[in-house]
Amino acid sequence: MNENKMSVGAFFQKYTMVIALVVVVMFFAIATNGGSLKPGSINNLISQNGYVFVLAAGMLLCILTGGNIDLSVGSVVCFAAAVGCVLMDNKVNMWIAVIAMLGIGLAIGTFQGFWIAKLHVPAFIATLSGMYAFRGLSNVVLQGYRVDITNSTFLFLFGSGRTSYIPDFIKQMTGSESSLNLTCLIFGIAATVIYILMTVRKILVQKKLNIHQSIIGQSITTLLISAVILFLTWQMASYRGIPMVLIWIALVLGIYQYITTKTAMGRHLYAVGGNEKATALSGVKTRNVYWFAYASIGLMAGLAGILTAARAKGIDPTYGEGYEMDAIASCFIGGASAYGGVGKVSGMIIGAVLMGVINQGMNMVGVDSNYQKVVKGLVLLLAVVFDVLSKRQKR
Amino acid sequence: MAKILLEMRNITKTFPGVKALDNVNFKVEEGEIHALVGENGAGKSTLMNVLSGIYPYGTYEGDIVYDGNVCQFHNIKDSEKLGIVIIHQELALVPEMTIGENMYLGNERGHKLAIDWNTTYSEADKYLKMVGLSESSKVQVKNIGTGKQQLVEIAKALAKKARLLILDEPTSSLNEEDSRALLDLMLEFKKQGMTMIIISHKLNEVAYVADTITVVRDGATIETIDNHGTEQVSEERIIKGMVGREMTNRFPKREGVTIGDVQLEINNWTVHHPLYPERKVVDDVSMYVRKGEVVGIYGLMGAGRTELAMSIFGQSYGTNISGEMKIDGKPVKMKKSEADAIKHKIAYVTEDRKGNGLVLSQSIKVNTSLAHLDAISSHTVIDGDKEYAVAEEYRDKLKIKTPTVEQLVGNLSGGNQQKVLLAKWMFAEPDIMLLDEPTRGIDVGAKYEIYCIINDLAAAGKSVVMISSELPEVLGMSDRIYIMNEGKFVGEMKAEEATQESIMAVILQSGRGA
Repeated sequence: MNENKMSVGAFFQKYTMVIALVVVVMFFAIATNGGSLKPGSINNLISQNGYVFVLAAGMLLCILTGGNIDLSVGSVVCFAAAVGCVLMDNKVNMWIAVIAMLGIGLAIGTFQGFWIAKLHVPAFIATLSGMYAFRGLSNVVLQGYRVDITNSTFLFLFGSGRTSYIPDFIKQMTGSESSLNLTCLIFGIAATVIYILMTVRKILVQKKLNIHQSIIGQSITTLLISAVILFLTWQMASYRGIPMVLIWIALVLGIYQYITTKTAMGRHLYAVGGNEKATALSGVKTRNVYWFAYASIGLMAGLAGILTAARAKGIDPTYGEGYEMDAIASCFIGGASAYGGVGKVSGMIIGAVLMGVINQGMNMVGVDSNYQKVVKGLVLLLAVVFDVLSKRQKR
Repeated sequence: MAKILLEMRNITKTFPGVKALDNVNFKVEEGEIHALVGENGAGKSTLMNVLSGIYPYGTYEGDIVYDGNVCQFHNIKDSEKLGIVIIHQELALVPEMTIGENMYLGNERGHKLAIDWNTTYSEADKYLKMVGLSESSKVQVKNIGTGKQQLVEIAKALAKKARLLILDEPTSSLNEEDSRALLDLMLEFKKQGMTMIIISHKLNEVAYVADTITVVRDGATIETIDNHGTEQVSEERIIKGMVGREMTNRFPKREGVTIGDVQLEINNWTVHHPLYPERKVVDDVSMYVRKGEVVGIYGLMGAGRTELAMSIFGQSYGTNISGEMKIDGKPVKMKKSEADAIKHKIAYVTEDRKGNGLVLSQSIKVNTSLAHLDAISSHTVIDGDKEYAVAEEYRDKLKIKTPTVEQLVGNLSGGNQQKVLLAKWMFAEPDIMLLDEPTRGIDVGAKYEIYCIINDLAAAGKSVVMISSELPEVLGMSDRIYIMNEGKFVGEMKAEEATQESIMAVILQSGRGA
């Protein structure tokens, strides 16, 4: 069908950020003589930015409800981690500490969500107050000092050190001498195959239902994404295998992708952000939608607290500062609308990766950290300006 | 022949992919009221935007000759300098500011850094008097009704020393009384020598007020009808030009419908204003509707029709709602919840499709399923394939014109948006449909299709309540008509017994009694 043929301009419009990402990746690959594409770098990129993916996933839901943001997550990350670390420091069972950290995040999210959803306190203000309060409480819990983590299971499961990789049990079982991490390789190939099969199924269903979508376009997208997965698999397999953080990130992103695309709650999030009155008149309890979004980001803040503490092998009262901004920036760079109702998990992932690649690339090239902030700020501005301009052209 | 004030010559305006105006020629004589009519998307507003400089010189082809000179307008300021002032369909007033502040917004009296408030308010008052408003210009705009706001817009235009006034759908948000007052004001201005262009869908108004009528269709001027004579041009004559064929019957016949038992009944229904609880918005209303019946509720704007419908729909409007509701003869206590209303198989199709009805940033598909996601999901997980199939089914059934159901609703025309709204509520499988102004702001062709849909609903045994402020529509579509005024039902008539005159008489009488 004709209307599925995309002009070159429309193609660039739709995939602006993907193209920008490719350009930035290539730029730094050249600038670092391929250093930024080395297995170690890719591993670093994942483990350094674990918290961004997790928080941005939660943030996306808040932004969808109408451009609302959660400023408190940085403080909540620190507070949840502080409580967990103090618990573990006092020889409390590690799992209890983990549940406590997640529970605290969820509880804080629910608490803030209550004010926002039920009493119509502007989200900006409710979470700004949380940002102050929980930063202060973190200091109280930690009594101003750093607390270290020594629990090796905790560090293995959530950290990003030398040990925090999925053991290569397949190699152990087969007794292979390969220099590659076989578990990682098989996982990666399996993921690619499943992904391709899912696309094929989707296209078949579309055929059956007479849905006219460009099959070539979908195939190309699928092949490109498969190629990226396989490349990353190869790089990780020739390093230390699958980092544990990647599992958590994948889990969170998978769940949020599912929520936003397949569930009624996801649909309600988009609808509330698009037109709250119309959604209410459709029989949706709109206030509960806000509550859900803020409870969810609270839980994610708890998880990010776990990842942050495990990566740093401890917690310091200043940890987590500015995390909220990284999450917000990732969503907006990834095409979420500041007015709500528009935004995708896939876009947010691209936004987060773009920020991560720029960060890491500048570090490797040796850009002064103050200028790094300037560059990040400009990237955010440019991304949104581009988005606004491309939408204006459509009219 | 009078002097030609404005001539637009061979205007062509292209948007990416669309030729919105194709070689349009348009002439306006000095001192006349010239009406521009056409279906939605015909190009009327585009033409006026070219004229007023919203689409600046260079973005279109052709010439604008105004007062004998070829003009190049680069922005609105340029055209306003020459006295061409446009009043847009959507009111552009800031509610929190006073009338005076609004009138001189962007055109401040005194110096930019030191506004002369005395001049502002005294001049504003002068213009307000000219449009027949007794309010002080220091009143905040949010405290006056829509009818008066429209007059403020006109006063604002006068303050800009308008010589050619363009009114884009000036009466679309006004009731009959205010509309008539506005049209009379236009005739008054004409006597004083003002030239006006009016864009309107309401053909009776056009026939009443205009000297010349230009019909635009598909981006081209089709014909210019002279209305100077003593006999008014008939609406059918104008419609013929607009749709390009004779519309023999504006209201399709409903055939083979058997009217069944009473489905919804309310008795002594009283609703209070949510902010001023002492005010009764709906006062002791009793009504019923039978299966397969279309009941019209006619009333002027502000009569409480929307409020009545919304209060029935899960108390989505009002406080202290009292009265009895029966569905299928059984008393129902409905919670204050739209979801509960949907569960009781009631649907409310709002009059404000953009504000309260649709999520414009989402696709047709998403909007269609929104009120009834349960039907296409299991355990709150949506079955995407099923959803698509449903959206396709309704696109087919309601003839929604779109390449795909993935199209964003915001990109559709008014008529197609209204169909999506109807699709959404039909998919919710209600027995009782409360349709609030189902054809507001959509063109003649789309109206006809909506009427057909209403007939199909009745034929399927649904109970339809149709609220409308267009008398011909109420008369043409209803089996039975309730007449509402100031919160009360003041009359009930069988459609075959009712006429425009008898209905208006009932309203006038009730107003006198109060």
